[in-house]
Parts: sequence; C-alpha cells; structure tokens
Amino acid sequence: MPEAIAENSIGIVKPQLHHFDEALQLDCGKTLEQYDLIIETYGSLNADASNAILICHALSGDHHAAGYHSMDDKKPGWWESAIGPGKTIDTNKFFVVSSNNLGGCKGSTGPTTKIPGTDTFYGPDFPIVTVKDWVRSQQRLMQKLGIPKWTAVIGGSLGGMQVLQWSIDYPELIDHAIVIAAAAKLTAQNIAFNEVARQAIMTDPEFHEGHYLANNTKPKGGVMLARMLGHITYLSDDAMREKFGRELREGKLNFGFDVDFQVESYLRHQGKSFVERFDANTYLLMTKALDYFDPASDYDDNLVTALQQAKAKFLVISFTSDWRFAPERSRELSRALVAANQDISYVEITAHHGHDAFLIPIPEYLAAFGAYMNTVAAKTENAENKKASS
Amino acid sequence: MTLRADLALISEWIKADSRILDLGCGDGTLLRHLRDTMNVSGYGIEIEHTDIVKCIESDVNVIQTDLDEGINDYFDADSFDYVVMTQAIQAIKRPEKLLDEILRVSSDAIITFPNMGHWSSRLQLGLGGHMPVTKSLPHSWYNTPNIHLCTLKDFEDLCIELGIRIIKRRVVDSQHRHRWLSKIFPSLFGEIAIYHITKK
Repeated sequence: MPEAIAENSIGIVKPQLHHFDEALQLDCGKTLEQYDLIIETYGSLNADASNAILICHALSGDHHAAGYHSMDDKKPGWWESAIGPGKTIDTNKFFVVSSNNLGGCKGSTGPTTKIPGTDTFYGPDFPIVTVKDWVRSQQRLMQKLGIPKWTAVIGGSLGGMQVLQWSIDYPELIDHAIVIAAAAKLTAQNIAFNEVARQAIMTDPEFHEGHYLANNTKPKGGVMLARMLGHITYLSDDAMREKFGRELREGKLNFGFDVDFQVESYLRHQGKSFVERFDANTYLLMTKALDYFDPASDYDDNLVTALQQAKAKFLVISFTSDWRFAPERSRELSRALVAANQDISYVEITAHHGHDAFLIPIPEYLAAFGAYMNTVAAKTENAENKKASS
Repeated sequence: MTLRADLALISEWIKADSRILDLGCGDGTLLRHLRDTMNVSGYGIEIEHTDIVKCIESDVNVIQTDLDEGINDYFDADSFDYVVMTQAIQAIKRPEKLLDEILRVSSDAIITFPNMGHWSSRLQLGLGGHMPVTKSLPHSWYNTPNIHLCTLKDFEDLCIELGIRIIKRRVVDSQHRHRWLSKIFPSLFGEIAIYHITKK
C-alpha cells in the first residue's frame, strides 16, 4: 500500500468499460461482432477537444498506465514515471487516454472473456489480432469519446508500433507521433525469442491446446519460462551485472539445482508473479502481433512510401543498451522518415537499462521527451486560444 | 534576437523556401532563424544532448548522429538544397570524406571554419613556439576537439583535389565582422572563413 500517494501522481483512478456493437473486421479475415474495451483517462478534455493523447501499451502492459486503483495497491500504473500532474505527459495540460488492447486479459475482450451469448471462454479461439486491428479499434474508441484528433499518440516497444500504424492509417487524426524503443518491423532474432516464448507455453502439459481455463488449470510453467526469457532480453548485460552480479542468495553455493544466485531468484520471482496476472493465450496473441507488424508490407515493402502517408510530426527515441529493440532499428525508422520528408527528431539516450529503459525516469530521456511535450502543449494551447478569440 | 554574424551571412546566401541540412547544428539557432524568416525547412545533426534538447524546445528537427560515421547512410543523394556546416569541419575525423558526402547529398554547401593561418596563430607558433590559442580557437593542444585545423590555402587546395568549385568566400574576424584588413589580406587577418562550394 502506498503510505501516501505522491503529489505528482494522478492519484486514485477508475477504469471505464466501453461496449462496441458495430462489428470489427479483423486482418485475419474474421469479424468480432461485438467487443468491450477497458480504458482509463487522466486529466480533462479541453473545450475544443484539442488536448487528447493516446497511450499505447506494450506486450504485457494494459490500460492502467498511471495512478492507483485503491490505497491497497502496491504499485501504481506502468508508466507512472511519465504520466501525471507536472510530469512529462502532464495531466494538467493533456487529456490522456489509455486502453487495454483487444485480445488483452485485463478487461478488454480477449481469450479470458466469454463468447457473447455462451458460457464458453474464447480461449485459443480468440482471433489473431494485429497492430492494425488495434489501431482500428482505438479509432472507434476515439469517436465514442468525442475526440476529433489526437494531439499525440505515444508508445514504447509494441506501443511504439501502434503509434507508427496510427500515423500511417489515420494521418488526419494525429498531430504528433512519439515512438520509443520500437522498430518498423521485428528482426529474425526478435521473432525467434517470441517463438521460444510461445513454445514454452504451448508445450506446457497444462496448456490443453489453449483450453486450459475450461480445464480449470493454467500453463504456469510455460508462462513463467516465457516471462523469464523475456526479462533477460529486456535487460542489458551491464544492468544485470549491476543489479545482481554473481551475488548468492544464501551466501554460499548449495551444490544443487535450486536457486544459488540472486539473478535466478529474481527471474523466478518475476516469472511467478507474471503467471498470476497474465493470460497465456493473450501472451501468444501479443507476440504474434509483434511478429506480424510490418506497415511497409501494405506499400510494396517500401517503408518510405508507407511513412509518406503520415502527416504527423515524429519524435523517435532509442536507448543505447537496448538489444531487443536496438538503436539501429530506430535509426532505420528515422532514415525512412527523413526520406519520406517528414518532420522528425531522433534522440539516442545513453542508458544501461536495456529495453526496460523506456519505462525508467532517466533524466536525459525525460529532458528530451519533456521538451517535445512542451512544444506539443504550446501548440494545443495556441489552437485553443485562437478558437476562443475567433 | 541578434544572430551570430557568420550565421547572418549564411542566411544571406541561402534562398527562401529551400531545404537544408545543418551538420553540427548546435542549439538549432540557424535552422530556427531560417525557418522563421525564410520558410526554410530541414534537419539539424547534433551529438550533444543539451543542444539536442534545445533544438527540440525550439521545434527544430534534430537527428542525433555522429558526423564521424558519415551522412551517406542517412540521406539520399541530392535530397537537400544546401548542406551547412559551421565551425565543425576542424573536429571531424575524415574531413575530406565528409566533404565528398556533403556534396553528394546536396549540390551546394556552405562551410565555415576557424582560419589557422590568422596572424596571431602564426605568431604564437612561429615566434612563441606554442600551439596557438586564440579567441576562435580557445582550447589547449591536449584538450581541443579541433583535430583538423587548416588555413584558407589548405582548404582551397583540398577543394581542388576533390574537384570542388568555390562559388563564394568571405572571411571575418572573431566578432564576425568583415573588416578591411581581412578583405585585403584574408589569409592573415581572417579569423573565420565562410565558403559556398559546389561540385557542379
């Protein structure tokens, strides 16, 4: 429990559920006749609805990006370091919307929801969703919330991919695209890690071809392994060395196969706690969305042509020690944006935290990101003043 | 806001509405000025974090990259109207390679650098026996980022070697004024040299 909620936290927040009746055509060919999206919003929409920001979450993220659900919460939302009053994404200035993606397991329709009109979980029958599908569903959400245009769409990792897709698919609906620790498509190595994670889950004897909920069980071992592997790739060699070194949990070697080193204990703990809060089928879906993401494929595999559709201004940020979404991927993206003649700034932050850096309040990172957000806020305020005076 | 005099000179040489690339753009002053007064668009290249943040604050497009890695990877041939590089060439590892790349990316470039042949530098080295420390070259030999200093003649010789044509040249003093002495004896009295070059 937080002793007291910090002054620069948005504080206690309440998720809202939005139901959509209009069928959503998915890239895989299937259709979702109806679905729910669970969201959170922070700050308030200004008079001319020009200050709205969409936050897109990464693989294991959800709609709970900032604040606390109750005083009993141990931890705030996943991006508390950046979202709040006076913070980088300043909720005194912006109306921030954060939704749980379709196929998620935190309240939006996904494998753990029951098929409408039945008592059966979607489970493995939930259709494969893509980044494009998510963006389409978020655009519907936008309409429902009465937001004519996002002043910015922001995301890291898989979230950054959604930002890119937004800028290409709905150029008129987004003014600024902030793409952090992402890539225009995954490399073979990155897909390979996802495949190992999926195999860990699918070969777990408790997986039951994805129907584990109907069997009152969960593929705990598999999800735990997938998460442990993920964690290794989200940290850098240096970060692990600094955090754990070769420190022993009990101060001595035990000459057995249980935990000797702190790093083992950490990974097991991360894996186990993840099992409690995350669904295996959702994990499979999210990794497929990552693998399939390739906006250039709609434009003869030409990323420059794809990005020429965009009308937003771009900020691209990467971190030196991130090897899951290496700076080279962000450089590729920046080069394509320059070739597409887009407004773009590219910043490479020196950080030893690996891929996780995008969630960490590194001063240089927040200085650049914050400076950019100030220009976004200034434009929003100008627009509002102009409208008020006209 | 008064613009640094060499930057003011450069803006006289650049056509309105053009697209420029500013190598070593610092805090983005030149790009911002050109954008606000002449509708010029483009990008700055910078490596210093504090400068990058200042560019972002000014809403100037800035790309973080190391000029020593070259610019060929980043930019297509003939994709800019001008490449500008103010007082950075002397800190580049391979200036001749970069010049080549600059004139691939754009047919026109404006390059400025501190003149190592200025009389005070000549005096300090020739008579004093010390590496020169001047207003436009304030560092000591051991901590200077300026590893490839040259004189006007050196630069012009390199241009000939690389097949680069000099369209215009101006030399100014450290206050960036175009004085009569530097007009008559540029290689002796000019502290900062400003060249408009092309490969056409």
